[in-house]
Amino acid sequence: MRIGVLYSRIRAEEKLIVEELQRRGVDFAMIDVRQVVFNLETAVSWQQYDVILERCVSHSRALAALQILNSWDIPTVNTAQVAQVCGDKLNTTLALLAHGVPSPEVRIALSTESALQTMDDMGYPVVLKPAVGSWGRLLAKVNDREAAEAILEHKETLGSYHHSILYIQEYVDKPGRDIRSFVVGDQTICAITRSSAHWITNTARGGQSANCAVTPEIDELSRAAARAVGGGVVAVDLLETRDGRLLVNEVNYTMEFRNSITPTGVDIPSRIVDYVLSVGEEGRLEIGDSRLRPSPISHLQSPVSSLHAPITNGGSL
Amino acid sequence: MTTVICVECDGEVELADDVLVGEIVECPDCGVELEVTSVSPLAIELAPEVEEDWGE
Repeated sequence: MRIGVLYSRIRAEEKLIVEELQRRGVDFAMIDVRQVVFNLETAVSWQQYDVILERCVSHSRALAALQILNSWDIPTVNTAQVAQVCGDKLNTTLALLAHGVPSPEVRIALSTESALQTMDDMGYPVVLKPAVGSWGRLLAKVNDREAAEAILEHKETLGSYHHSILYIQEYVDKPGRDIRSFVVGDQTICAITRSSAHWITNTARGGQSANCAVTPEIDELSRAAARAVGGGVVAVDLLETRDGRLLVNEVNYTMEFRNSITPTGVDIPSRIVDYVLSVGEEGRLEIGDSRLRPSPISHLQSPVSSLHAPITNGGSL
Repeated sequence: MTTVICVECDGEVELADDVLVGEIVECPDCGVELEVTSVSPLAIELAPEVEEDWGE
């Protein structure tokens, strides 16, 4: 079993995963996505891996890499489909709705004028989010029409073309916290609350984490959300409404968990490695010895070393 | 612990013995983020700025 860990920045999470792989003596290689060049005509240099664990900090690079790898039937955690759904909030909402998973009301507007009209119709406050983005950045709680006009003008003037897709979400008056649950495979392994006096409760923005008991409702909803986006290893953000409902706000596919191990007491990196190994093993069983045979286009292949430059560790760094 | 020199302010930055390529460290003097680009020999560069599509 050989694992590739695709990364662009070693966060605390990647370090914990590396430590777990080393502890188990797993054969793995760290692959810096910034150094990778894919020769689309041949997968040969990637076929040495039974599974790729994707841990890139950049959504667009992660998605591109996963799409290529999956097109070659190389197992990945997570899959390109999951990245595509979770990395774009519009796609996430569509998937949740298609699977009947409760989530806040969302409207999509494609112009400033229609966005203003929509916000008026929904009633203030509303939340304006970039479809692609994370860590609570560029979220706006729009309290009235004047604020809406200002923010939309800023987006129109300063934003990249992505900001022309206006994702407008119902503001959920949550009780000073949200819930983040961690799903690995089809199991909710733990959950935390993230508390903050600010309406944005991301730990990246100062939210304080504490253990949250995984109730049957949290478990069921978390697993339903994970299934809706395609499964794998995901973190599900849940909002509690004042009338006691739980809504799925977002699903993260390259989840950060450094602040969740201590409060929950769950060895999250170990559970991730368990899952990655199981996906790799499953891939081996499905493919059998087919990877040992040359592919129909393998005569076109470049020398392996020219395709990408993984830092091979052989289980130890 | 090994010490390297910050490329921004010439301050001293301590790196743990188990530091990895790709790891981000912060200069205690000027606060800039530095990326470890090599561990043998140790080398650091200014870390890339956070991009719009970064996240989890």
